[in-house]
Amino acid sequence: MLRIKTLQDLFKRYRRPGDLVFAVLFLGFALFLLVSLGDQTTWVKRTKTFAQPAFWPTIAIYAMVRFGGLHLVGSLVSPKIEGRWVEVKFWLKSLEYAVWFMVYVLIVPLLGYLPASILFASTLTFRLGYRGWRWAGLAALVATTVVVIFKTFLQVKVPGGQLYELLPDTARAFMLTYF
Amino acid sequence: MDALLSGIELLARWDVLAALLIGSIGGVIIGAIPGVGAAVAIAILLPATFSLDPLVGLTILLGIYGSSMYGGALPAILINTPGTAVNALTTYDGYPMTKRGEARRALALAYGASFFGGVFAIICLILLSPLLALIAPHFGSREIFLAALLGIILVVLAHRGQVFAAGMLAAFGIFLNTVGLEPVKYTRRFTFDQTWLTSGIDLIVVVLGLFALSQAFVLLVGRSETPHPQPVKGSMFGAMKELFQHKRVASAAASFGVLMGMIPGVGEFTAQFMSYTYAQKSSKTPEMFGKGSPEGLIASEAANNAVPGAAMIPLLALGIPGEALTAMMLSVFYVHNVIPGPQLFQNQLDFVYALYIAMILLNVVVLIFLLFATNMLTKVIQIPTRFLGVIILILSFVGVYSLRNSVTDCAIAAGFGVFGLILKRLNLPVVPIILGMVLGNIMEVKLRSSMARVKTPLDFIDRPIAAIIFVIILLVIVMHIRTLIKEHKNRLPESETDHDVHDSQMN
Repeated sequence: MLRIKTLQDLFKRYRRPGDLVFAVLFLGFALFLLVSLGDQTTWVKRTKTFAQPAFWPTIAIYAMVRFGGLHLVGSLVSPKIEGRWVEVKFWLKSLEYAVWFMVYVLIVPLLGYLPASILFASTLTFRLGYRGWRWAGLAALVATTVVVIFKTFLQVKVPGGQLYELLPDTARAFMLTYF
Repeated sequence: MDALLSGIELLARWDVLAALLIGSIGGVIIGAIPGVGAAVAIAILLPATFSLDPLVGLTILLGIYGSSMYGGALPAILINTPGTAVNALTTYDGYPMTKRGEARRALALAYGASFFGGVFAIICLILLSPLLALIAPHFGSREIFLAALLGIILVVLAHRGQVFAAGMLAAFGIFLNTVGLEPVKYTRRFTFDQTWLTSGIDLIVVVLGLFALSQAFVLLVGRSETPHPQPVKGSMFGAMKELFQHKRVASAAASFGVLMGMIPGVGEFTAQFMSYTYAQKSSKTPEMFGKGSPEGLIASEAANNAVPGAAMIPLLALGIPGEALTAMMLSVFYVHNVIPGPQLFQNQLDFVYALYIAMILLNVVVLIFLLFATNMLTKVIQIPTRFLGVIILILSFVGVYSLRNSVTDCAIAAGFGVFGLILKRLNLPVVPIILGMVLGNIMEVKLRSSMARVKTPLDFIDRPIAAIIFVIILLVIVMHIRTLIKEHKNRLPESETDHDVHDSQMN
């Protein structure tokens, strides 16, 4: 690792591997928006330009295309940094956890907030390589603490699970209100 | 004076005081854990605070905002890993001091400097209040539009070396704000005939995705690490007295923090850069900077802690957030029907004073807590990083799902989580997107209402404040171009620059 040379350099952000891929994708997205601009916005009659509904999307998309283009040029003319595809693989790996998150979102209305959180935390902890009862217990403890703080005390809006319907009346009401 | 007393009365409630305690101590702990940071915590807690009383909710969030940087200094000094992004510069002098066996001295100086910076900024805020109350009503639609425009320009230009990326991301933020059913002419914008896009993209969903979920993903995909800092021995209080020998550096640094905090879009990094440069240039031992100089440490910590207090100035007086955290706070104000802006100082001055006093108290609480609990905090930061990712994921769920129980919101947040991870990995800034969304909305509304009375373009800047802001915008652009030319002449070759150390976006 090279030492930084000047103080000013400390505050500059330099390119990292994968910069070019991102620059291409971003510009592609901006161009797609530019092409859709006519279809997806309306210029209303008898209205000043600044008050047009399409005014700000137009400004934003043109700025995205312009800056995105310049950013891409910057990437193209800079020396190549090794490890571009390793980096892209890292990005793709994060999709697995996005899926984990969505599965959690989908099982909460089925199992209920507390059971779903405990199940999610302990399974994901196991998946990450923290094995054994100690870790599973710790994960369950964390999940329970979060549920108690947010649902029991702060009463945030998280609906009860369908599984709670199977409980006897008093237990069901209790679980629906607090967990 | 009456407003001040009534402000104190507002605060003298057990729930507000409990919120202050929980917010400030919670903020220190959160700040001390590398990889969490105030932005993640505030994003997660935002929806939970909606159901609380305005002052209680805001006090918790202010507590976290104002205290996280205190906590962030701890791992920066002890294990060379900044707890929050703005403590990055603290590692430069703090860690070498730890290696020399001066960990206690470094921590005491960092806490002392942080306290000085934090309180200095609030005193400036209080002193400026009457002036703000006087000037704020002169801010009409066009002045607020120009100030928001200045904020966007500054947030782009402040990302030195990455202006194009910051520009495209700010524009992306402005674009995101326009998606959905537009409220004046009722036309659809970029909904692609999808019902879920009609209601637009919620700022909080984006914030949670970009800050909280992305951080969880970064930790989950990366290697597991468990930091092991050494315990700190001895009294902190005695070591803190050394700060009095560096009054000049601390005052200058705090002043830079206040000045930079007041200007929307600039914030901690520029404040630290300026105060560190000043401290080094005016020091008797400039060669010690970066090798464990107490002055460098003070310059960095006093400057970054002065920013939150000062950033409240444009937020409260004009309703313009200067950075991501104040942008999040703005949404809390709106939810509770407290509209920051000129009227706030006229109609709810007691509320404003209550916020000021809460901020002073939180600094005192944090300092006392840190004097006694530093060693406890060194244990907290030993959570393995991937397990921390699981915790953030569970907490992020509450944040997004409790907003309106929408699976779509969660999917959008997850999408922004992946996008945020890519930005963090590339070391590209996330803040311009958030400011683009918030300031984009302000610009759209204010430009529409101000243009009704404007006949020629010059009418737009015919009032003194509008003209001044316009001149500042021109000056900022001209100065940026001048700096670019100067830098181009003295630039370093690409091979000599470091591609690896700039983790300023990690939180």
